Amino acid sequence: MSAQARVIPFRPRPHRAKKIVSNGVLGMILFVFVEIMLFAGFISAFVIIKARAVGSVWPPPNQPRLPFAETAVNTTALIASGIVLLIAHTMFQRGNRDIRTLLAAATVLGGTFVALQGVEWLALIQEGLTITSSTYGALFYTIIGAHALHAVAAIAALGWAFARLVGDRLTKEAMSTVALFWYFVVLVWPFLYFQVYL
Amino acid sequence: MVEPAVDLTHGHAHDDHADHGPQGWLKYLWSTDHKVIAMQYMFTGMFMALIGGFMAYVFRMQLAFPGMPVPGFGMVSPGEYNALVTNHGTIMIFWVAMPVLLAAFGNFLIPLMIGADDMVFPKINRLSFQVFFVSTIVILASLVVEGGGFAGAWTAYPPLSADSTYNLTPLGSTLWVIGVGLEFVAFLLGGINFITTLMNSRAPGMRAFDVPIVVWMIVVASILFMLSVGPLLAGAIMLIFDQTIGTGFYNPATGGDPILWQHLFWFFGHPEVYVVLLPAMGVVIEIITTFARKKLFAYRTVIFTIVATGVLSFFVWAHHQFIAGIDPRMANIFTITTLLISVPIAELCFIYIATLYGGSITLSTPMLWGLAFVAEFLIGGVTGIFLGAAGADIYFHDTYFVLAHFHYTFFPIAIIGTFAAFTYWFPKMFGKMMDERLGKWHFWLTIIPFNMIFIPLFVLGMGGQHRRIYNYTHFPELAIDIFQDMRIVATFALLIMLGAQFIFFYNCWKSWRSKERAPRNPWKANSLEWTTESPPPHGNWHPDRMPVVYRGPYEYNVPGREDDYWPQNEPK
Repeated sequence: MSAQARVIPFRPRPHRAKKIVSNGVLGMILFVFVEIMLFAGFISAFVIIKARAVGSVWPPPNQPRLPFAETAVNTTALIASGIVLLIAHTMFQRGNRDIRTLLAAATVLGGTFVALQGVEWLALIQEGLTITSSTYGALFYTIIGAHALHAVAAIAALGWAFARLVGDRLTKEAMSTVALFWYFVVLVWPFLYFQVYL
Repeated sequence: MVEPAVDLTHGHAHDDHADHGPQGWLKYLWSTDHKVIAMQYMFTGMFMALIGGFMAYVFRMQLAFPGMPVPGFGMVSPGEYNALVTNHGTIMIFWVAMPVLLAAFGNFLIPLMIGADDMVFPKINRLSFQVFFVSTIVILASLVVEGGGFAGAWTAYPPLSADSTYNLTPLGSTLWVIGVGLEFVAFLLGGINFITTLMNSRAPGMRAFDVPIVVWMIVVASILFMLSVGPLLAGAIMLIFDQTIGTGFYNPATGGDPILWQHLFWFFGHPEVYVVLLPAMGVVIEIITTFARKKLFAYRTVIFTIVATGVLSFFVWAHHQFIAGIDPRMANIFTITTLLISVPIAELCFIYIATLYGGSITLSTPMLWGLAFVAEFLIGGVTGIFLGAAGADIYFHDTYFVLAHFHYTFFPIAIIGTFAAFTYWFPKMFGKMMDERLGKWHFWLTIIPFNMIFIPLFVLGMGGQHRRIYNYTHFPELAIDIFQDMRIVATFALLIMLGAQFIFFYNCWKSWRSKERAPRNPWKANSLEWTTESPPPHGNWHPDRMPVVYRGPYEYNVPGREDDYWPQNEPK
């Protein structure tokens, strides 16, 4: 191997690489990817078990039907919450810090979704769909329950952001981080809704 | 030559370096310093290695001398045997290989090698260890609860794993799944830190391709882990429900599917092996370049190769299920992808050789471990080709051939890779030099017995010996003398290998106690961790003297320079 004269470029003014996204946002993006894979696992389990249903009968005949229409109301609340948050988030990023009402509205709409879901769950349990009444029920409560847990955590995060906003200590990075998680909770819902409820 | 320590006691207060951070034993509860967290992972992982190694000792003694009480354990019942092999595998992968290679060295090296003062999310880093610690308690608890530890193989296939009337370990089984699940959460938290820190906290002048390969490897491994573990977490939650509240996700009688678990498990399980492989290969690259005094051959090719490996690793998982009843056409597809994935890894082995070629080689202890990795992993990789071919796998599946294959890959990763990294970075981590003579004795007395354990197991596998059987004298065709002799040889070799580890512990203790301090850069290496004290202070460098980078990490023997190395942070 000949020793050629190799020119190594000299960097007279090394500079820091520009951050493409801030730390919090990048961390949350990674976290969201993990969550997407988690729900992908649940949905693939659902699809496989549904495909194996005897005689392709789905939902199973002896189980209560899922309230697709009523859940459309909840879904609307959730999507509205996402849109409201997007508006608040965009305003905040442009420097307008007067987003208290919007942020509160997004949080309340999100809470409405969770509360109404809870009401429906109680009704379903009354009608006999439980986590052990059938694999249909097991899938429903596991998948929708996983989403509900994430929604609750995300609402808590929104509450934290609201508290910070009120104290004028909310940074753009923190707002984006929390918003991203809520967007995930909102955007994953239609996939679950149309796959599981229909 | 030991340089004087940096004087950190100035008049003005400057952020939270100096000696801030908890002191004394509280340090280990509250510290967010990446180096403390790294040591916590390291020692927990090494402790668990003792437990996993002890399990191997017990079950190999049972296999060599079936029906005889094992010294230090007693009689091994069939159920206990199954629990031992199950937890040996589980512990070695999740509580030894991952914590040591990924979490400990990742935490220690990444900020130091990119010139940062710590990870970007130090509190999440601390949380990740705390969750990991809880997961360790849970898995250890699973071994001692009533009924005993889970005994359904580390792959935990239902219905055995889901139904306690089959596995007879209701408590142990559930604790096992919970422990593994918590370990996943810990590593997810850690992975977020690693990736974000590499992306956002590099020193000025450190471009993406100036980052040492081991850091890239650990980050790519973290990405692989994070993308692949979601489905298994979903599957684990469903398994816990099946075990505890009587759902039937994996029960055909209730419309479930046991093969569903297999897919969810192996979709993670295959990328997982690359999660542990990549850091080990990165460590070997650092060692080889340093001790051959030579630039890494084709740095960018290495990056693209590992990314390609990572992507491909998501498309090979069903080679673990060739005879599980999957469609043979699917088996064909997975054979092709499996054989394909050997290409980038083989390419990395060629890159090792190309890097060594023409270099000025010093056979120090870390270098011996590094070279042994290449040689032994090659055997593991090549035997994987046989298994990747679905036709051959019809015979080989579930035999000791598989077991010998994955030990020829896992042992280089988890043991050789660890010793390579540990002996290489010991001076930086602990401020003392290890004894070279003891290091070399330890090396040879580990490597030679390692081969003596597993080569007989290849032969036994080819002879038809199936896995997970506690006593082969029950099978006339496997109870022949030559086979039993091989089992005994393997067991004796294991005893020698385990005994040799005392040399390592003695070396560690003796080096730790030695009065002679290690210099900053004993190996005359280029990367940034060697520019700070040994061990590095809290904050890694003085805040006013954070490193600035002018070149890549492998500028060794540059023509025209007097020194045969050129640290990244030296301007000229």
